[in-house]
Amino acid sequence: MENLLFARSQMAISLIFHIIFAAIGIGMPALMVITEALWLRTRDPEYLSLTKAWSKGTAVFFAVGAVSGTVLSFELGLLFPEFMRQAGPLIGPAFALEGFAFFAEGIFLGIYLYAWNRISPKLHLAAGVIVALSGFSSAIFVLISNAWMNAPQGFVFANGEFTQIQPLVALQSPFVLHLTVHMLAAAYIATALSVAAIHAFALLKGTPRRSFHQKAFTTAFLFALPFVLIQPLVGHFAGQQVAKRQPLKLAALERHYQTSKRAPLHIGGISDDEKKTIRGALLIPGGLSFLAHTDFNAEVTGLDAFPREDWPHPMVRYAFQLMVLFGMILVGIAAWGILLWLRKRPLTTQRRFLQVNFLTGPLGFLALEAGWIVTEVGRQPWVIYGFLRTKDAVTPMPGLFIPLIVISLVYLVLGGTVIAILRRYVRNSFQAEETHL
Amino acid sequence: MILAEAVALTVLVVLVLYTLTGGADFGGGIWDLLATGPRRVEQRRLIEQAIAPVWEANHVWLIVAIVLIFTAFPLAFSVASTALHIPLIILLIGIVMRGTAFTFRQYDLNRESRGKWSRLFAGSSVLVPLFLGICLGSLSTETIRVANTASISGFFSPWIGWFQLSVGFFTLSLFAYIAAVYLTVEAKESAIRADFVRRSYLSAISLVFTGFVTALLARSQAPHLFERLTQSWGPWFQVSGALCLFTCAWSLLRERFRFARVFAAGVAISILAGWGYAQYPYSIIPDIPLNLGTAPEATLRLLLILLAGGSAFLFPALFWLFKIFKKY
Repeated sequence: MENLLFARSQMAISLIFHIIFAAIGIGMPALMVITEALWLRTRDPEYLSLTKAWSKGTAVFFAVGAVSGTVLSFELGLLFPEFMRQAGPLIGPAFALEGFAFFAEGIFLGIYLYAWNRISPKLHLAAGVIVALSGFSSAIFVLISNAWMNAPQGFVFANGEFTQIQPLVALQSPFVLHLTVHMLAAAYIATALSVAAIHAFALLKGTPRRSFHQKAFTTAFLFALPFVLIQPLVGHFAGQQVAKRQPLKLAALERHYQTSKRAPLHIGGISDDEKKTIRGALLIPGGLSFLAHTDFNAEVTGLDAFPREDWPHPMVRYAFQLMVLFGMILVGIAAWGILLWLRKRPLTTQRRFLQVNFLTGPLGFLALEAGWIVTEVGRQPWVIYGFLRTKDAVTPMPGLFIPLIVISLVYLVLGGTVIAILRRYVRNSFQAEETHL
Repeated sequence: MILAEAVALTVLVVLVLYTLTGGADFGGGIWDLLATGPRRVEQRRLIEQAIAPVWEANHVWLIVAIVLIFTAFPLAFSVASTALHIPLIILLIGIVMRGTAFTFRQYDLNRESRGKWSRLFAGSSVLVPLFLGICLGSLSTETIRVANTASISGFFSPWIGWFQLSVGFFTLSLFAYIAAVYLTVEAKESAIRADFVRRSYLSAISLVFTGFVTALLARSQAPHLFERLTQSWGPWFQVSGALCLFTCAWSLLRERFRFARVFAAGVAISILAGWGYAQYPYSIIPDIPLNLGTAPEATLRLLLILLAGGSAFLFPALFWLFKIFKKY
């Protein structure tokens, strides 16, 4: 039992680490392509140096993302061999497609980073567009596999084995749509708002390269804006899908204990699985019924419909509440930005606005991580939802705390190093004259 | 069965491509570690320039191989992941350190820490081929035994053995050899080129020596492998490997470096093709033949279609990448 916990923790740490780099690998190329296109259109050299500054950061993040992704592809088998034995023929094709997308991203990023003087500007921009598109499609293919784990289909389950496998049906899980849209938007938001926060910091601190950082902030903020605004709607749609296909997960992330009609929505508060209550929460009567089924009087299945040992950990509720809270804060900032724009005030001259953007910079990533905790911890106790339990898929390897500690230390050092290297870049970009490599 | 064999052949081709590209990048790291003499700084710079634009793309071949294996041969993947848990974890940490240290060395503005990244990059470039060889060797030594779809051989005995270690050093020599020959083409000055010609000879000797030791050990520790390599078509792979090795050496002597590069690739292809031939019809000797625990035909067919479609896009892209950065 302890081994299961170690295996799950190692997988969780690997995913929590990798997803940051994966999201940046999706978001940064899109931003770079925009500023490079602006450079080609306006011939303003600041857009060129912005593109180059961003591309250096991207190079570092992409390398870490590539190797930590490799770790994950092996860890699926190292930690959960029985899962891979059963699921390989069903989700493998999606990973094969992801392999090609990742290949394209690696190839064209190599060209993008190192061929500035070797190919024409238009071809260079085209290479960047391919990098952005392959990051986008990589995400879709990985999420197709994840969607299948949450809402599996395309097989007949007999005697504990997956038979009569239809791999094309497996690729079309009903969860694909909301997972891909929700995650892609999250990746764009998290990346762009973190970038905006760094440049907001430069502007607040005072820098001789003011207009450079202004362009950077405005581009990143405006890029994130539409995604911030649609994300709550996508999230709502995602919640309804979960209500339909994974009622246990919905009940767990709301800690909705008793099956009931006109179920209230609890905001905040502390859940207690023993007493089956939530203390100190703000109550909206019928709110949960409405959100889950678009009807204030609809019946919402509660945790009582499921055996106690199958309930996902209470952390999923807190993760869910935090994700929603962070998302709402970002919507508020987006609305503030739009208001400033309507009043024709340049965003980058508003000190208070920059301060708030600096402080809330990490919220996109925190919301993204919280969202994945909801999805994946909420998927427990199943690894293939409804068919294979995580405890039946784990490796028999004893002493799993050793690789857990080793991997955690490696990622801790790696994370610290990336931050240190990035800090030197940021400091360097404050100065009038940049030091080049 | 024919579909499973087609995917197995594809895995072999992917491993060949990984050796010829990613393997050479690791070989570059080995030569970074072994850089000596008055031109060691220039040697390291040449290696860095050769690897930087392409290593991430080259690395993807390994991921493609893994994905093909777990999709088409899920039982073999699951068994190998269990029995080889420890060496695979070491391999992964090596892969993480190599990639990140190499990137940090290039992009860290703090020049003082570059020495640290350099050593880490070079050290892990030795670790990865060694453990890759150990893992592959373990598939042939009949030390991974299976009962009821799971490995029953524990977590050390499958991979700790002289044969596996020997395959590890053989892999190391092969990667170093390919890299040295490639670098004779990449070098712009004749002194550096001469350095790598010398290194090509040295690693060729090491390759022959470790190959010989591996073959000797195979006789007792990997009998199926040994038998297949010495009977019927088996010896031809050895003949072709030896011919390529000699032609490569001769080309280096005559300063036909591009020619030498082709034959160095020929050495690698002969070795891997010979290994694939000798391993047949097993994925893991002796309990898992290719047709046991294999994905259903529908998956294999879809996989091959996706591979064909993906390749139509991939190979032109790879061609462009190498055309921009590499000499023909």
